[in-house]
Amino acid sequence: MQVTVHVNGVTHTREVEPRLLLIHFLRDELRLTGSHWGCDTSNCGACVVWLDETPVKSCTVLAAMADGHRVLTVEGLERGGVLDPIQQGFAECHGLQCGFCTPGMMLTGRWLLDHDPDPSPAAIREALSGQICRCTGYENIVRSVRWAAEHAAGTP
Amino acid sequence: MQVPAYVEYEKATSVEHALGLLARFGPEARVLAGGHSLIPMMKLRLVQPETLIDINGLTALCYISVTDGELRIGALTRHAQLLDSAVAGQHFAILHDAEKVIADPIVRNWGTVGGSLCQADPSEDLSAAFAALKASMLIQGPGGSRTVPARQFHTGPYETVVAPGELLTEIRIAIRPGVGSAYEKVGRRVGDWPVGAAGAAIWLAGETIADAGIGLTAVGARHFAAAEAEEFLRGAPATEASFARAGEIAAEHCRPSSDQRGPADYKRHLASELTTRALRRAARRARGTGA
Repeated sequence: MQVTVHVNGVTHTREVEPRLLLIHFLRDELRLTGSHWGCDTSNCGACVVWLDETPVKSCTVLAAMADGHRVLTVEGLERGGVLDPIQQGFAECHGLQCGFCTPGMMLTGRWLLDHDPDPSPAAIREALSGQICRCTGYENIVRSVRWAAEHAAGTP
Repeated sequence: MQVPAYVEYEKATSVEHALGLLARFGPEARVLAGGHSLIPMMKLRLVQPETLIDINGLTALCYISVTDGELRIGALTRHAQLLDSAVAGQHFAILHDAEKVIADPIVRNWGTVGGSLCQADPSEDLSAAFAALKASMLIQGPGGSRTVPARQFHTGPYETVVAPGELLTEIRIAIRPGVGSAYEKVGRRVGDWPVGAAGAAIWLAGETIADAGIGLTAVGARHFAAAEAEEFLRGAPATEASFARAGEIAAEHCRPSSDQRGPADYKRHLASELTTRALRRAARRARGTGA
């Protein structure tokens, strides 16, 4: 079947099998390998992307379900060469560590800040509770999201 | 790499269109809502439908409203929408209690209320919440619609009365005065299925229990309910002793199985204790003396 998905503002049309998962569509068809494919069971959250305005686990969504919709991946966070504050926060506060869970953490973090610009550490932990950091560096991740809450894009 | 087996795919554009597609593709078709149970099961080949009928475009089934003295929840309402719904929480706090502990925030963004009910997992939380609230389900089929009480909706693990060719479209809960409700769950970790969970709804007339509903999940309760304990509570005083005895009765009548989440005797203990706690909190809410 043919699907048309608007990813990070660019429209892509591809012929795919209906069983193709969104994560594999992004990584293998579009070569957007920033989204990571982790547990494959919708537990770990490494594959989180936005489908329209909502973070979803893209290993549990078919590419066909994204047909006609917008997708935001980690590659789409940067604007005009300027990192999103959530990206800069992860860099400043050593939130990446091994980096595997980072794209999903940042997309959920961005969504949280859009809805709650000044979240408490508890609110950050709740928002990220469907995502796993196997470095177990949650403290740094919470600090990274807080950094993003406190700084504008382009902070030197 | 886990990938579903080959499957055909159709996108429904309306309830009528979905029903037409279900009729055309027959019993080997499956309705795809949030997909957060169906797609993992397809990856594991636990289910292998020939055709998926994607109803995610049926935004007309995403709503929470109060109509004709009932809270009405569209079947495609996402868990996150139910958790965010002030009107749902105001009438039935049990729905917010339960939604807070269903899966995780990202799964709740996409998983649907109707999908969870139709999946009919014997450990599913909303099945117990709707059993406690004595809800009813509106099912549409080629010949029109029918309403089924929540307690007749499930026919067994992973089985419901929704026939091939039919679609669950709405959940209805009658709004009656004097109600308080609550949900108590014990899980191994955030986002997991319950080891055991209990929901309670209490309708008070003064300090007498005019009516009570108790829902249980993951402990082998018939129809996700504790009918004998409810019978005991009807007309009883809303006291700690009544709630404790109701918990014991609920535990006596459930049939938990030992599995990786815990031994049967522990789950039976949970059925008793969580029923008592849910009743206690529901009563406080009915009196307006506590959250």
